[in-house]
Amino acid sequence: MSAQLAYLVAALCFLLALKGLSTPRFARAGNLLGAAGMVLAVVTAFVQGAVHNGLWILVAIALGAVVAVPAARSVKMTAIPQMVALFNGVGGAAAALVALAEFHDGGPLLFRIATVLTVLIGSGSFSGSLVTFAKLQEIMTTRPVVLPAGRVLSIGVVAVSLVLAVAVLATSSTALLVALTVAGLLLGIAFVLPVGGADVPIAISLLNAFTGLAVAASGYVLANTLLIVAGTLVGASGTLLTRMMAQAMGRPLTNILFGAFTATAVQVRG
Amino acid sequence: MIDLLTIFVLAAFVGFEVVSKVSTILHTPLMSGANAIHGVILVGAILITGAAEGAVQLVLGLLAVFLATVNVVGGFVVTDRMLEMFKGHKR
Repeated sequence: MSAQLAYLVAALCFLLALKGLSTPRFARAGNLLGAAGMVLAVVTAFVQGAVHNGLWILVAIALGAVVAVPAARSVKMTAIPQMVALFNGVGGAAAALVALAEFHDGGPLLFRIATVLTVLIGSGSFSGSLVTFAKLQEIMTTRPVVLPAGRVLSIGVVAVSLVLAVAVLATSSTALLVALTVAGLLLGIAFVLPVGGADVPIAISLLNAFTGLAVAASGYVLANTLLIVAGTLVGASGTLLTRMMAQAMGRPLTNILFGAFTATAVQVRG
Repeated sequence: MIDLLTIFVLAAFVGFEVVSKVSTILHTPLMSGANAIHGVILVGAILITGAAEGAVQLVLGLLAVFLATVNVVGGFVVTDRMLEMFKGHKR
């Protein structure tokens, strides 16, 4: 009961954090409030749930902090968008891993649907974010990449993902769920490859919203209300934010959303 | 299960509402802050690792804890750095 209360307080902190981040005056305070809510949620989860492996969990958290703090502190201001993409990607991967680990052959249908969604969206957000990172970091070209048979390949990956998703729902096979993870990774890449230059930050924002939805779906898998609330908040606000960013930059959102299906090999962009 | 769906629908509306009046200069910090918040998957990662049976589940869980921590910590720190820049020219 007290754990639920702590989760409620954390959810309110996240809500106020988003509210604060929307106004210049309270943006910084909002971010700090969000961090405070996160500390509360994580400590609660640890006290409530770390029945076994407590020491290992602490080690993994310490390692994560040791990696993340210097990376976030030392990154150049101009390189921040790709850093955000990277942080978003690992969040998506974490959601997919949680659903994979929690899936032991079966469960009720709604549970399986939530698992399939978490794995597919989480892994897609992970690989897509890695590609956007590579683009902004100029590890690869920032221009739209359109493979000769890109459209056919994209449609193929979507079709395979759908078939695998239905197959997992029908058979509850762990092997098929792993195959779906791979399909999700390919889906993320196919989605982001045709996005070029100025559209990349908008794609990152959209992937951010997707990761939020993956986290919300993982909340169903674990029957945890905080994950559902926080994930949905990010999913919804992220979707709206993506639209506003696209509008502010004067870029049509459809280019990004359906680039994988409409882009042709010979592309002229203004 | 319908309870959870109710929570989802209400949270979706609140999520839309809460950022509906954001100013343009705050787009990127808001995205980054929201990014840090979905790192709450760390809660889920801790819960499954704490209840893990067998090596595979333990390894997957610990990897998820590590990645989610990077998401959370990196997300909040990088957002704070971005907002630090705005200190000089508040409107």
